[in-house]
Amino acid sequence: MNIWLLIALMALVTFSIRYALYARANAISLPPKLERALKFSAPCVLTAIWVPAVLMPQGELALSLDNPYLIGGAVAVVIGLWKKNILLTIVLSMLTFFSYKALML
Amino acid sequence: MKDSPKQLFFKGVFDALPLIVGGVPFGIIFGTLALNAGLDGWQTMGLSSIVFAGSAQFVAVGMLAAGTSIGFIVGATLIVNLRHLIYAASMLPYVKHLPQRWRIPLGFLLIDEVFAATYPRHLDNPDSANNHWHYLGVGVAFYVSWNLATLVGLFFGSNIEGIGEWGLDFAMSATFIGMVMPHLINRPMIIAVLVSGALAVVCYDLPHKLGLVIASVVGMATGYILEQQMKEQ
Repeated sequence: MNIWLLIALMALVTFSIRYALYARANAISLPPKLERALKFSAPCVLTAIWVPAVLMPQGELALSLDNPYLIGGAVAVVIGLWKKNILLTIVLSMLTFFSYKALML
Repeated sequence: MKDSPKQLFFKGVFDALPLIVGGVPFGIIFGTLALNAGLDGWQTMGLSSIVFAGSAQFVAVGMLAAGTSIGFIVGATLIVNLRHLIYAASMLPYVKHLPQRWRIPLGFLLIDEVFAATYPRHLDNPDSANNHWHYLGVGVAFYVSWNLATLVGLFFGSNIEGIGEWGLDFAMSATFIGMVMPHLINRPMIIAVLVSGALAVVCYDLPHKLGLVIASVVGMATGYILEQQMKEQ
């Protein structure tokens, strides 16, 4: 299989999606309703990615103390809501995740 | 002058730093996984530097390891990256005045982390003329770190056993949670995010990442409707 062909096609597809609207940005105007809904885009899309990653790391719901992703994720949520500091949230939840995972072994 | 191009570029770099802390472990496992899937070092770096799409790179490497054909992998790339269309639509009002020589690199750099880090800056300072420099600063900083992390992963992958089982992928969730939580300050946003998270789990088994799209769109619609209701009261 030609890996470089694959890389070129993936790059083409990815760039096209990101650039399609930008390319004709002057000619496109979004309905105001859509613009207001888009304010919610970043938190909603990111959450739709991280919630399954934390609750179902192996593809099935794992709501138990055996799931270090759940523990680390819960710590991240609490610190994030409390301190509203991205770096602190990432560092402390990763420390929790890796210590918990190490203790489980 | 406050908010000069240079100052905003470096403010962007600074705002990208927390995301880089979360992105680096993720880039490292990508490097190790790609080697295990049979790619060589140049091809792995090609994916990170030319495609520059974290989750799509992981999906592609996983499918390659499973022996999937090129057409299906490109199709999966399309589906996994469709969410970037939502980001592009969100950024549209802030890039439409820029010449193409700006829009092309800014489009190339439009990934989850870059969008989430620079969009609030644009929302909060709609009158600042140099916001695109902030966008560029975030994007360039993340791009450089992602490629360096991939390189480190290539090195580790061929020297350290079992790094794939360390759970470095948790770094992505930690980053995304860290980016979302500060937004949860009013009822429409809180409920929108809860709806997205719950639907993403319920719809997880739908084919072609459809669950991600449904969860995102329904969450955004919920937030919009609740906000309208609050305004009318």
